[in-house]
Amino acid sequence: MSDELALSESERNAGIVRCDACPVLCRIRPGRAGACDRYANEDGRLVRVDPLVLLAKPGLARVAFVEGSESWAGELGKGEGAFVTGIGATTTYPDYKPAPFIVSSKPDGVDMVTVVTEGIFSYCGVKVKIDTDRYLGPEQAAVRVKGEAVGHVTTAEYGSQMLSLGGVHHLVGGSKKEGVVTCDALLALCNKEAVELEIDGGSTVVVQADRPPVVNGAREERMRVGCGSAAIGMFAPQWKDHVDEVIVVDDHITGVLSEHQGGRFLEMKPAGIRVRGRKSTPGRYFQVAQPGLGWGGTDVSDPLEIIEKIDPKQAWPGLKLLMVSTTGEHSAWFELDKDLKPQPAAMPAPVRKVVERIAENCEPALCTVLFMAGAGGSLRAGVTENPVRLTRSVRDTLTKVTLGGVPAYVWPGGGITLMVDVAKMPEKSFGYVPTPALVAPIEFTLRAADYAALGGYASRAVTLEDVLRGSKVRLE
Amino acid sequence: MIAARFLDGRLHLQHGPIDLIIEAFGVREEVEAAYQQAIDRFGDILPTLVRELPTLRRPVRDAYPLLQGPVARRMAEAVWPHRAVFITPMAAVAGAVADEMLQAMLAGRTLDKAYVNDGGDIAIHLAPGHSLRAGIFAEALDGAVTLPHDLPVRGIATSGRGGRSFSLGIADSATVLARTAAAADAAATLIANAVDIDHPAIERRPARELDPDSDLGDLPVTVAVGELPRAAVNEALDRGLAEAQRLRRIGLIDSAAISLRGEWRLEHDRSLEIGPGVARRLHGGGQSRR
Repeated sequence: MSDELALSESERNAGIVRCDACPVLCRIRPGRAGACDRYANEDGRLVRVDPLVLLAKPGLARVAFVEGSESWAGELGKGEGAFVTGIGATTTYPDYKPAPFIVSSKPDGVDMVTVVTEGIFSYCGVKVKIDTDRYLGPEQAAVRVKGEAVGHVTTAEYGSQMLSLGGVHHLVGGSKKEGVVTCDALLALCNKEAVELEIDGGSTVVVQADRPPVVNGAREERMRVGCGSAAIGMFAPQWKDHVDEVIVVDDHITGVLSEHQGGRFLEMKPAGIRVRGRKSTPGRYFQVAQPGLGWGGTDVSDPLEIIEKIDPKQAWPGLKLLMVSTTGEHSAWFELDKDLKPQPAAMPAPVRKVVERIAENCEPALCTVLFMAGAGGSLRAGVTENPVRLTRSVRDTLTKVTLGGVPAYVWPGGGITLMVDVAKMPEKSFGYVPTPALVAPIEFTLRAADYAALGGYASRAVTLEDVLRGSKVRLE
Repeated sequence: MIAARFLDGRLHLQHGPIDLIIEAFGVREEVEAAYQQAIDRFGDILPTLVRELPTLRRPVRDAYPLLQGPVARRMAEAVWPHRAVFITPMAAVAGAVADEMLQAMLAGRTLDKAYVNDGGDIAIHLAPGHSLRAGIFAEALDGAVTLPHDLPVRGIATSGRGGRSFSLGIADSATVLARTAAAADAAATLIANAVDIDHPAIERRPARELDPDSDLGDLPVTVAVGELPRAAVNEALDRGLAEAQRLRRIGLIDSAAISLRGEWRLEHDRSLEIGPGVARRLHGGGQSRR
């Protein structure tokens, strides 16, 4: 380093780094970016805000290229077993020149080529699955961020609500602000950040990939095992010898064991305990209470509230009653006294065990975010001179498509329409361009011979070793 | 350094902190030749500029700054009229780059119109009979301006808290129309600085604590603005408006539009349209609410 570039001792002590990526030579304080917003000081190290990321094979460290830092330590040997991701690879748009990295490798003696680039996706969005039975809003309702429509509620799945966000209509079909807000929201979701979504005529939900949803300020801990009726079906045989009646409290369908098909099948005696709400089919009741944060997603804190009456013609003193919620988080054991009033009692161990089993069978509630996009248009031209052959090669599964190293699901039919779980992708995999559109890493891996056959830029292929040698990198 | 074309044909040039979007209108060959001239000129802009950075970062006082580079000289020219207050040539850097690049692409070319947009600071070329319509984007598409050939405005600049530069004030945006982009840039910086008030909800820190290279030295720059009462918003805006009026009276700017928390102040004769109705008109339809 020349004197002009050297930092003073006090500057070094303050953690300032000198960026030499361009002639401005910014001095950057810790936690801040240079004048360009592309390079930053991260804990005293100069990093590209969007470094090229190398994924090692499982177990090995991830490596990021950083211009201007210490040269690569070489701890991955000659780069064997590493996989170059498109993260930070950069691209041109439209792709008027070959992809930035075309890397040849020889795993298990087979010559392979990985074409590494970053795609600019105007047609893209996310499909969000939110594990909750809480009411988020009506199907087709607009989903908003900062008042702008960024997507809509789509058909619910078992135990989960589904949102479809982004897409070309919201990105570029509406107002400029709608496009910018949509792009920001997609970028944040894809980079595993939390985004607050408001649903027309429904709830506010904070969504973050691989994290529990927060609905109207309440964090969802676990999915219920099923509705109250399903819970009866699942656990009836395990209860049979220990109880006279079980009521599974649930906001959707509350189940009553002795009236339920599951109880009848086991020849249980009617217990004469009637719950509130609207009877659907035997042993299945809707609307036993209001939705809320109490038992089974209802507003009930004392489960006896949902009992309408106890029929003296059917019930008997000493009747053993279990009340439990569909997550097993709430449970209570009662025995009827001589006046047929339920009295709290100690829950027998075998019953306790089944209650715990309900909880054990409830999976943690999560939000999952799948990035979905079409790798059409010119992106393919960075891979091959004859783009349709790439499409066919992907269709024929000769070419494997990954995003940031994560295998993508490629839809059948025309084009390369793909989906990938952003939670599995490396940190900060996504970027954006002001068009607005998202920038995502994408890698096509295929046999070298197949690559040549589909009109690929085979002569531009370099070895992984060359990539590592030609770029200043650091180990993460 | 990046030189790339967007799908719609616009040219994108980027080097370090300079990020330009360029578009030319006219006969195809002329447009392409103009783009090539822009690309050829661009490589030298940043290296030449940084050679004089120490001078460009110093406040301009009584002595006219002695500078050699063409962009640096444009910067000095643009800030010189403002030397009574604290200003450094850096206040005009983006606009000056835009002006210089526009001139480079126009040399020997015949174009109907063209613009160089340097992160919101825009240099404009208009042939007789042509006009350009530009939007102002603060929270949404909040305003619009039509620039006909006979209006002596060839520069638009916006300053405020949204950008990459530090501001001494609290304006969300201060947009200025002026003869050149550099002149607009310098004036927008000062007007945005003037939109200010003392209030506990405003957090400030010395610029050097954030960026050791900042031309603003130890001056307190705004890092966060919390909730402000309406009266404070109005008072801050009025101070900015007073500065805009002063600059217009002495002929340094054509017009200005200032925004803070959705409130606007306009200083102009006829050029600007601001308000919710504008966005609707630009998107084709709807009546003005004015």
